[in-house]
Amino acid sequence: MQRTLGALARGSALAVTLGLTVAVMPLAASAEVVKIAFVDPLSGILANVGQNQLKSLQFTVEKINASHAAGPGITFEVVPFDNKASPQESLNALKAAQDQGIRYVTQGNGSGAAGAIIDAINKFNERNPDKTMLFLNYAAVDPDLTNSKCSFWHFRFDADTSMKMEGLTTFMAKDPKIKKVYIIGQNYAHGVQVAKYAKELLARKRPDIQIVGEDLTPLAQTKDFAPYVAKIKASGADTIITGNWGADLTLLIKAAKEAGLDANFYTYYAGVTGTPTVMGASGAEKVKMIAYWHQNVDQNAFEPTYVEFKKRYNDEFYATAVWTEMQFLSDSIKKAGSTDPTKVAFAMEGMEEKGTAAGDMTMRKTDHQLQMTLYIATWTKAGGKLKYDVENTGYTFRTDAVLDPYVSSTPTSCQMKRPAAT
Amino acid sequence: MERALEFFVISLLNGVSYGLLLFMLSSGLTLIFSMMGVLNFAHASFYMMGAYVAYQISVWVGFWPALLIAPLVVGAAGALFERYALRRVHRFGHVPELLVTFGLSYCISEFVQLIWGRAPVDYRIPAVLDGPLFTVYSSAFPTYRVFMMGVAVLMLIAVWLLFTRTRVGLVIQGALSHPEMVEALGHDVPKVFMMVFGGGCALAGLAGVIGGNAFVTEPGMALTVGSIIFVVVVVGGMGSLAGAFVASLLIGIVQTFAIALDYSFVTLFARAGVVLTPDSFGYPFLKLTIAQVAPILPYLLLVLILIFRPRGLLGKRED
Repeated sequence: MQRTLGALARGSALAVTLGLTVAVMPLAASAEVVKIAFVDPLSGILANVGQNQLKSLQFTVEKINASHAAGPGITFEVVPFDNKASPQESLNALKAAQDQGIRYVTQGNGSGAAGAIIDAINKFNERNPDKTMLFLNYAAVDPDLTNSKCSFWHFRFDADTSMKMEGLTTFMAKDPKIKKVYIIGQNYAHGVQVAKYAKELLARKRPDIQIVGEDLTPLAQTKDFAPYVAKIKASGADTIITGNWGADLTLLIKAAKEAGLDANFYTYYAGVTGTPTVMGASGAEKVKMIAYWHQNVDQNAFEPTYVEFKKRYNDEFYATAVWTEMQFLSDSIKKAGSTDPTKVAFAMEGMEEKGTAAGDMTMRKTDHQLQMTLYIATWTKAGGKLKYDVENTGYTFRTDAVLDPYVSSTPTSCQMKRPAAT
Repeated sequence: MERALEFFVISLLNGVSYGLLLFMLSSGLTLIFSMMGVLNFAHASFYMMGAYVAYQISVWVGFWPALLIAPLVVGAAGALFERYALRRVHRFGHVPELLVTFGLSYCISEFVQLIWGRAPVDYRIPAVLDGPLFTVYSSAFPTYRVFMMGVAVLMLIAVWLLFTRTRVGLVIQGALSHPEMVEALGHDVPKVFMMVFGGGCALAGLAGVIGGNAFVTEPGMALTVGSIIFVVVVVGGMGSLAGAFVASLLIGIVQTFAIALDYSFVTLFARAGVVLTPDSFGYPFLKLTIAQVAPILPYLLLVLILIFRPRGLLGKRED
């Protein structure tokens, strides 16, 4: 008897709970968590870069969640996956994300991995139009990704190799002291493309500039750059263009300093995690970079975020594309009134953002390439107007030129296939 | 002419100094192999450990104490590993030995990242050794490179004297060929092996102290030298210290000069009056310049040596 009563009591309790759940359901649905798969190297030689950008993304998400920028009740959550810098591992990570029902993916380090993700998402979305995924690319800069391989499901928030070279060469063309240029790069897609665009664009803008040499070194394998520096010196070059990153960049700059090479370096990645620390004084006044942001840009709407991040982690938040992409994403969700990637993608096309990390930006509809302001800056001693030093080195970047979006804008050959609007 | 001479002298110096660093890196490896028959896959990791320990000590008390203490710390770590891990797996044969050192290399790499983080550390050259020592016409040659060469040569002489002129060296050499006899004479042979392993690791640690600030001290540094030191050891002859020395210099100089040569088969044919175009058969291969293949030359040399002289340049054994 007692047992029956107990069962009855439990049964009614269950019924009450169920009823309550049903009543609460609409509320729970409006408190939606949008998961973002972060697919980048978290181990291996690029681990420090991947970890820095993961922290940057998590920090951004924390701020956006606090301000409810995507609309009431919508919050973001970052789910990190280690792709070990490999396209194959990226696909495994993407599969895992799909299995967890994650519909937004972000990645940056390596165009090989980015290309693989785009292919996989294209196929997946075609087969699963009700479960589409969207890829936000914050740093993979192969121009093909927004040209021959362009996809409706891919948005890029960094300037691609051709845009950066367009900006760099426009700046270089105005400097009559540049006469002999040496191009050195890492022997993979990125290094080869930098060399290709550098030659093409210099020939168009300054045909009098001589390319006195060109070298490709194996990626992250060269210990001693002294022989290359001796060769550069023998060539009589006054300027070096390099797309190198990591140890391949710092070792080159250190070797040049040691050999007393009097030449300027035009780089892409002097500001990436770890590079400023090793570069230190050896790159002062010689190393320039082109980037969408640096620590001392004038219109620094991003400043408070940068300061808070540095205070909390003692690390640099330099990959502001991560910040930008989250702004675009949350505003697109708000505009679409939905978190469905297909609707969000339509909302993001052609979207403009004012007062982002650096200047005004537009997401170009034809190829999903962000049109943005770029800066050319020189590595120099911090102090005075240059308030923030980088990685506590006492050195920082000083703006040489601000390039409006049109300067580095490049045409696209993209023939985009769009899904039927829903 | 002047420019060519300047380039030649600087390249030769670069090649010799790089070669000497390679020798410092590989001497410990070849020593351990010749004495104990153990191919230590963690050798490059001990090099990395040396760099990080030296960085830490140089932050606390300066570079010069680090130069002395760091190799000792790394040597002690190596000796402990031999005593408590390697000796236990020794009885199971060579493959387990190889695997345990392989595992150790992963452990050290993770351990280093746990303590010092994943980013490179700011390990600097001491001010006294910074800057150029002399210039050849207009090219400067850095003091630190000369220092590096000096340490390597001193190390070579010290190791050679130790083996040929001291009682300790006598016991070690005896323990290698006649371990039972040496044991019967009252020497502790396992302890000798422990010292040899520790000593080999200390040499790698010393290379780390020197190489860490000349290049970059970061978690990937073991990876970049890991393969090249095996090339040195195999080309020089397994277990031959003199062979490792010759092979290091050879690789250093060949690679340095190869980088300077922008000649390919296309330019060669052009000299002979045959113009090759991108449509010619095998053009992507023919257009490769010597400079482009320079980084793989050591590995090409490795393959050639294994085909034509498997015991290496100065190796004694065929097996």
